Amino acid sequence: MEGKRTLFDRLFPGGHGVSCVGQVLRGWGATTRGRVHVIGTTDHAAIDARIALMLSQAVLDAVAQGPAGSPLPILFIADTQGQALSRHEEALGLNGYFAHLARCVQGARERGHHLVTLIDGEAVSGGFLAFGLLADAIVALPGAEVRVMDLRAMARITRISHDRLVALARTSPVFAPGADNYWRMGGIHAQWRPDQDWAALLEQQLYAAPADDARADLGAVRGGRLLAASLARQVCDAP
Amino acid sequence: MNRIPGKSYREATARQRVAGLLDADSFAEWVGPAARATSPHLAALGLPCSFDDGVVVGQGRVEEAVVTIIAQEGQFNGGAVGEVHGAKIRGALQRAVRERPTAVVFCIDSGGVRLHEANAGLLAISEIMRALLAVQGAGIPVWALVGGSCGAFGGMGIVARLCDAVVMSEEGRLGLSGPEVIETVMGVEEFDARDRALVWRVTGGKIRRTLGEATVLVEDRLSAFRAALESLRHSCPVALPRTLDALQAVQDQLTARATRESDLRDGQALWDRLGLGADAAWMDTAQFNRRLQELA
Amino acid sequence: MESFQYDLPARPCVALPVRAELWGVVSSGNLEVLVETGPPPDQCRFQVETSAHGFSEVWQAVLEDFVTRHAVGGLSFSIHDAGATPAVVSLRLEQAMQSLKAP
Repeated sequence: MEGKRTLFDRLFPGGHGVSCVGQVLRGWGATTRGRVHVIGTTDHAAIDARIALMLSQAVLDAVAQGPAGSPLPILFIADTQGQALSRHEEALGLNGYFAHLARCVQGARERGHHLVTLIDGEAVSGGFLAFGLLADAIVALPGAEVRVMDLRAMARITRISHDRLVALARTSPVFAPGADNYWRMGGIHAQWRPDQDWAALLEQQLYAAPADDARADLGAVRGGRLLAASLARQVCDAP
Repeated sequence: MNRIPGKSYREATARQRVAGLLDADSFAEWVGPAARATSPHLAALGLPCSFDDGVVVGQGRVEEAVVTIIAQEGQFNGGAVGEVHGAKIRGALQRAVRERPTAVVFCIDSGGVRLHEANAGLLAISEIMRALLAVQGAGIPVWALVGGSCGAFGGMGIVARLCDAVVMSEEGRLGLSGPEVIETVMGVEEFDARDRALVWRVTGGKIRRTLGEATVLVEDRLSAFRAALESLRHSCPVALPRTLDALQAVQDQLTARATRESDLRDGQALWDRLGLGADAAWMDTAQFNRRLQELA
Repeated sequence: MESFQYDLPARPCVALPVRAELWGVVSSGNLEVLVETGPPPDQCRFQVETSAHGFSEVWQAVLEDFVTRHAVGGLSFSIHDAGATPAVVSLRLEQAMQSLKAP
């Protein structure tokens, strides 16, 4: 949490009040244009049903709080090693808790809240899908680790040699971990450098007009994901 | 031609499912196999490709009502989502917003992200989630069918639970992390993935129905899934509301479940507490449904 | 992956299919076959991509046998194979033919 406080000092020089309860961050930050909600996780949280419920309640509270007519932007902080792995969480239906969180995030979007995710630390598969990846804009901070699975585990499961995967990863962004790969594929809108003015960059993102999901187009423009956008369009326009 | 009466849903291919679920000869495919939209990423690894990259999308009819249909092929790479596979699903969902079918029928049979193109797969599932939420935002319901050999896991387990109704067979499985993953990471004492009966008591259709996550539990027959679609036309004609009150009500239900089932690790414990009986895991589907209804 | 193509003389197919038809699934020990029109009426084309290397002679024998048993001139069969046995190959091709003959 200490690292996150330093981050909030830098993002919100005008002040912030974010509490941390059981790896869940909730609170507000002050921008030059007013307050924004802050919701997220810290310390590489393994997201279980309890955390997912705290996040979805935080989103619902942010929507309920108003003010009506001018919904405040929501800043998500993603720092997750993925979903919690246990028989209990599976029996309970953890996927349903994640889906509910996603529906709450969409509910906020539909009521006009701008949604921005900052990846600070790790962003891994299921834990990332549940809320961070659903924002209108997704930003990776320096040192952010974004992945589905590390290459050694991937080599074991796919039965493709680790050396071969490492060699292929040099030319293809499609499977290897790394924020840069996700940037090239359009999955991350921006990567901020340490020397930039993060408060100013954040304000640009928070108050930018949110658009439809254009990540596949972005991936095509950046050359890291050449088929996703055109193929979806082909399906849309097929006779 | 692909229609075989009484045929098992689980054993059927994606194309056989599509043919068996829809009115006869009503299916029109979008970007079908002749388009050869295959995965360049599998090809780069020297792995076999499929002409449809493991998913069939198009439109057809259920009792004359037009539906969009998406069917994943669980036998091809575990129904896993890669760039092409995911883009076809997303395109079909976007098209549904434009064409406003009665519903989207989503035959999920997938372990989640295709590891050979993991980043593309993760992004694709995220894009599918947003596209699906947009379909619902347009008022169109999405009905998930889960009865294939791969079930619905990983990101596709989340997608399944985004849907407005979930039709499952007892043989179907629904979850987030597969038992093998949990066993590998947390140890066999946490989850013995080879104990098939346990796997089904934790992830299978019966526990999902008991918890209310599956809207209906049907027998493993294509015709039973088709019949479920016919009744969903009447019981789930529009997308679930996303008003603040509706979302808070779900929040409260899920919170109550997490509190009530704080030590749930086996469906049998749930059935014991509900008084369903020690033989709940062995009851046939009709008997199980009857017992659940009696206790409701 | 290994790929090869055979163009074999064949008796003309009397009722060419209206649209392409896919049969089977690419899974271990199985294959998919896409049936389309295209070649001249007295020719049948097979395009095979297979994960099992070094079996081209077996393929040729199976496909030649298939062509002698069915009027498949004017048709093309594109196959993605994941190590199916010759028996499975024959079975899938037969199933594809059945589906073509059905109304």
